[in-house]
Amino acid sequence: MDIFGIPLQAFLGQLLLGLVNGAFYAMLSLGLAVIFGMLGIINFAQGALYMVGAFAGWIMLTSFGINYWFALVLAPLVVGILGVVIERLFLRHLYKLDPLYGLLMTFGLAQIMEGLFRRQYGVSGESYPVPDALAGATNLGFMVLPNYRAWVVLASLVVCLSTWFLIERTRLGAYLRAGTENAPLVQAFGVNVPMMVMLTFGGGAALAGLAGVLAAPIIQVTPLMGSNLIIVLFAVVVIGGMGSILGSAVSGLLLGVVEGFTRVFYPQGSNVVIFVVMVIVLLVRPAGLFGKEA
Amino acid sequence: MTPTSITRAKLTRIGYLGALVLLLVAPLLGLYPVFLMQLLCFALFACAFNLLLGFTGLLSFGHAAFFGGAAYICGWFVVAEHWPPELAILAGVAVAALLGLLMGLLAIRRQGIYFAMITLALAQMVYFVCLQAPFTGGEDGLQGVQRGTLFGLLPLRPDTVMYYFVAVVFVLSFLLISRIVHSPYGQVLKMIRENEPRAISLGYQVDRYKLLAFVLSAALSGLAGSLKTLVMGFASLEGAHWATSGEVILMTLVGGVGTFFGPVLGSGIVVALQNQLADKVGAWVTVIIGVIFVLCVLAFRRGIVGEVLAYFERRRRLGTDAPPAQ
Amino acid sequence: MKLKPLVAALVIGLGCIGAQAKDTGSGPINIGIVTDLSGVYADIDGPAGVEMVKWAVHDFGGKLMGRPIEVLSADHQNKPDIGSSVARKWMAEDHLAMLIGGTNSGVNLAMSKVAAQEEVPMLGVGPGSARLTNQDCNAYTVHYGYDTVALAKVAAKALIKQGYKKWYFLTADYAFGKSLQSDATKVVDAAGGTVVGSSLAPLGTSDFSSFLLQAQSSKAQILAMANAGGDFDNAMKAAQEFGITKTMKVAGLLVFINDVNALGLKATEGLQLAAPWYWDQNAASRKFADRFFDKYHRMPSFIQAGDYSATMTWLEAAKKAGTLDGTKVMAELKKMKINDMFAKGYIRADGLLINDMHLYQVKTPQESTKPWDYYKLVATIPGDQAYTSAADSTCPLMKK
Repeated sequence: MDIFGIPLQAFLGQLLLGLVNGAFYAMLSLGLAVIFGMLGIINFAQGALYMVGAFAGWIMLTSFGINYWFALVLAPLVVGILGVVIERLFLRHLYKLDPLYGLLMTFGLAQIMEGLFRRQYGVSGESYPVPDALAGATNLGFMVLPNYRAWVVLASLVVCLSTWFLIERTRLGAYLRAGTENAPLVQAFGVNVPMMVMLTFGGGAALAGLAGVLAAPIIQVTPLMGSNLIIVLFAVVVIGGMGSILGSAVSGLLLGVVEGFTRVFYPQGSNVVIFVVMVIVLLVRPAGLFGKEA
Repeated sequence: MTPTSITRAKLTRIGYLGALVLLLVAPLLGLYPVFLMQLLCFALFACAFNLLLGFTGLLSFGHAAFFGGAAYICGWFVVAEHWPPELAILAGVAVAALLGLLMGLLAIRRQGIYFAMITLALAQMVYFVCLQAPFTGGEDGLQGVQRGTLFGLLPLRPDTVMYYFVAVVFVLSFLLISRIVHSPYGQVLKMIRENEPRAISLGYQVDRYKLLAFVLSAALSGLAGSLKTLVMGFASLEGAHWATSGEVILMTLVGGVGTFFGPVLGSGIVVALQNQLADKVGAWVTVIIGVIFVLCVLAFRRGIVGEVLAYFERRRRLGTDAPPAQ
Repeated sequence: MKLKPLVAALVIGLGCIGAQAKDTGSGPINIGIVTDLSGVYADIDGPAGVEMVKWAVHDFGGKLMGRPIEVLSADHQNKPDIGSSVARKWMAEDHLAMLIGGTNSGVNLAMSKVAAQEEVPMLGVGPGSARLTNQDCNAYTVHYGYDTVALAKVAAKALIKQGYKKWYFLTADYAFGKSLQSDATKVVDAAGGTVVGSSLAPLGTSDFSSFLLQAQSSKAQILAMANAGGDFDNAMKAAQEFGITKTMKVAGLLVFINDVNALGLKATEGLQLAAPWYWDQNAASRKFADRFFDKYHRMPSFIQAGDYSATMTWLEAAKKAGTLDGTKVMAELKKMKINDMFAKGYIRADGLLINDMHLYQVKTPQESTKPWDYYKLVATIPGDQAYTSAADSTCPLMKK
């Protein structure tokens, strides 16, 4: 059976691959949206933190024999701590200024992180094996899907839903949201706002680190993996609506699928289709698909 | 009016004259002309960018589209159509201006972060075209661009001759930017930068002013890109990549946003760093650039020139009559 | 604007520059190699390739015409503009006498133009693209070791003979990949096969899954990889992951011993590949290879062997010519007969080294008796038959 002249098999295959990519976009842009929504900082370093997470997982495996499952917990922790350090040392000073300074600062930090890893590991990439429990593939009829990729989609959905729940439905989340809107007031109630802010950035960073470990078995662990992604992530967050956490996760998944769709008909265009969508959304609905402000 | 300000004006003029002299004799000092020309091209790019950021208050994250796009246009006209250098450069500038108009029309309606994001997205689309279009050579770049003969009279192949040509273009562009900023139009831009609602309430068509600034900035960035193609003999994807957009922001930030000489200084530092360190400690360049970025945002938001100017301004206000130190 | 910042600006801006080195006829002779030191091709050439150039200099005696020889090296990071700029700087500022071109055809094409302008001999050992001695040829460029035409004529022909008629190309999207695809397509078409489709993947792609899906849906019999190094390894791994190897034959058009080592004999047994040199081909090559193994604990690729040979060949040509003048040394290079541990052949008027190409087949794990014993020789094709014939060449230098 053919759709627009393309066999159904190919079509579904690319869509499914697109969904897998979308899962990564969703997780990473979730972190970005949390940080922007809560702190007003555009974290250009999100891609670099993702890369650090992947490397942390790889180093844990090759130097310390720590396997994938532990790395899934430890690597985000490491990256989260790194995020906390970044927030305390660098970002704390910028909250009163134009958000563009936050963008520039995190851009500089991303360069530093990437440069250091490049210096140490070159760019050719390190291989991270798929954990045994998830090895192998399932024949879906229209394509053979490696089990690991199915796992990634599942993990991503769980993570995104949990994060959304945490922020929108729990007390902690309520404090966070209130604290960023009116810090002195919330602090007057005895809530430690600076600590919360610090932990929020750390949380966003940890999300990136987790995405990194999840990505490691699929793509090579290379210092450039973050910078290849970050621009796309911005597009995703803008399309979703910069303040909306759910919005960016949903957009991430959708855009992954759109990319996959484009790959069927015009493969080279898959790199740029997200930006075209972004321009359209910015012109028609500047706050994004799920955004709040006018 | 005061003795201090007259002396200051005189000193400024001497300063510029000194800089001009240095510019003229640099090749004779045994400095590698191609490196100097690269420096001037980026300095021009940074000055053009500063026109938008420093004097109009708009942060664009997509200026590489003009720089890199014009580079390809200029190169292509030389290689494929055998145009003389002056026409190829003009073509590059014209296309950059056109791109600036299109991008500006789409982006100007938005503010701050959204403006930056739109310019980034649009620049990515230009990058995509540069990557895919058959005439650009994709990853391999557009190679073998000959410098040709300027106006049919002056062969630009010798590096020293090309250097003086680039230097002249740079000085003229610098003066042009200075003229624009000091003109009544420039005053309106300043007002828009400092208090846009007020400018609107005074009846100014703010969007039109911003758009013109965007187009001018784009055109001059295109001039820088076209010159660079002729200097280096090739046009590559590097010039249109978003990292280059980031680099020009850095150059302007380090030197001093909103100053005249800041972008020149900033670009000088960044280009010199990249050139000198690339041979020896390749991978550290990215780290060092990142560190400079971070330091600037943390402590030197006014940039080097900005900080120096602020220092002298503070001293003046503290009532010292002594003229600024030599 | 203040005086201070202006002067400071210019001083800082210009003051970072070192003094120019002028060639006064004495002092060290500079030769250089520009290659990928840290990216997808770092293993097949890379820092070890740089060392091979230095070994050649050392084995030659370290001196030429009484002057010591210095070897410069730089990482082009797979960017033509970096390679081009470094080459120009070395030739104009440091009076480079000879340039070895490492991997990456796009970079080599750019550098060869600079070499022609500066009249400095460039020996491209790493690049594959046959453009270097056809439409982009010039009097100062030598293509030393192999090219995409030879690979196509040897490897692609062998595959067609085995009955693979419907081809799909997975191609690295730059000069080398595209050259290889177009040269192989000519061979396929001439033999009555068809190319049913192709995908262009950016150099350094790490996730080939979407390209492979496209390949699979094309229903081709053979998936030909027009890429090399890290790209080839990643694509092969992904092909296995997605079960492509069960429905199509997967073949690499440019495979190095490093790839076979990385992927393992089980994954590559039976693979047929074309190469100008193999470490175990004769006693001289074994001697060189053992020396390499002692230092690097792996066997050299043919590019690393080529770096050594090319440097030695140029040194001998310069010695014979008695001068560093590019034009004269190039003339000498095209007169010499080359016969060393790497190749037996001569350099043609278009700059192409006409050496013999070999068709190898990867051994099964059972056939392999010692470490790195990976290949068995299937056939040797004389250079005149493997490369573009004089009649088909589009290089103006070939028309006399």
